[in-house]
Amino acid sequence: MSSFKIFDIAGSGMSAQSVRLNTVASNLANADSVSGDPNSVYRAKHPVFQAVLGGLGAGNDAASTSVKVTGIAENPAAPASRYDPSNPLADAQGYVYAPNVNMVEEMTDMISASRSYQNNVEVLNTARDLMLDTLKLGQSGS
Amino acid sequence: MQSVLDRYLGIHAQALTLESQRMQVLASNLANADTPNYKAQDLDFKAALSAADPTGAASASATLPLATTHPNDLTRAGTTAGAALGTNDGIASTATVPGAESALKYRVPLAPALDGNTVDEQLEQSAFAENSVRYQATLSFLNSKLRALVSALSSS
Repeated sequence: MSSFKIFDIAGSGMSAQSVRLNTVASNLANADSVSGDPNSVYRAKHPVFQAVLGGLGAGNDAASTSVKVTGIAENPAAPASRYDPSNPLADAQGYVYAPNVNMVEEMTDMISASRSYQNNVEVLNTARDLMLDTLKLGQSGS
Repeated sequence: MQSVLDRYLGIHAQALTLESQRMQVLASNLANADTPNYKAQDLDFKAALSAADPTGAASASATLPLATTHPNDLTRAGTTAGAALGTNDGIASTATVPGAESALKYRVPLAPALDGNTVDEQLEQSAFAENSVRYQATLSFLNSKLRALVSALSSS
């Protein structure tokens, strides 16, 4: 039954957006995780989304396109160095390195992810209601 | 091949299948609202329904108010792209409604994103809401037809 693919599609969207919310949460939580080594400092993580053309089960059709997370990309930008010799993590020159997390970017990302998640929940609810109505087709009470 | 029941239910049975397919297409658009290079699609409902209509009552389907939401929604030029996409054993085989894959078209984006995504969430949401109302309308048409049939069959 093709209609049940909607649940797979919306579910894939919800899981992709929740991965995005997770990465935003780790980025925000680690925004101040400084390190004495520029190579080991935390880097902002972002999920990479990809459309899956009709990739759900047998009887594929072009109409169903779910989404999947192909990987988590790290921001390659150089970490910000900060002169802070009193910090116990500071290197020999007295510098600490802060993660390249952009707070504004992360907050907007969070809002966008939660809006998209809500959209998918709405799709799921509507599809469920319609499917339940369809199941009651021809019954006397409906 | 049409059974008596098919003839009795008329176009509503096909319309229900197409509406559920359109719901699937719109759900795909919303799920991929943040996917780079994803191109939003939609079903040309009128074309799909007249292609799916086995009775040849094209005049009836042409006068149905089941049209697209906005003249800019779908492109005739996008027919080839949509048809090429629908060639891999298509919607036709899974849902027994012919012509649906050729009615699958790409949206003309109003403001495409820099990452190549053409999903307009507001447009998709309103199309989804509209489609679910249409689905419910078709359901109630079918329901009343079936109820009429049952009351004609029952003796009391």
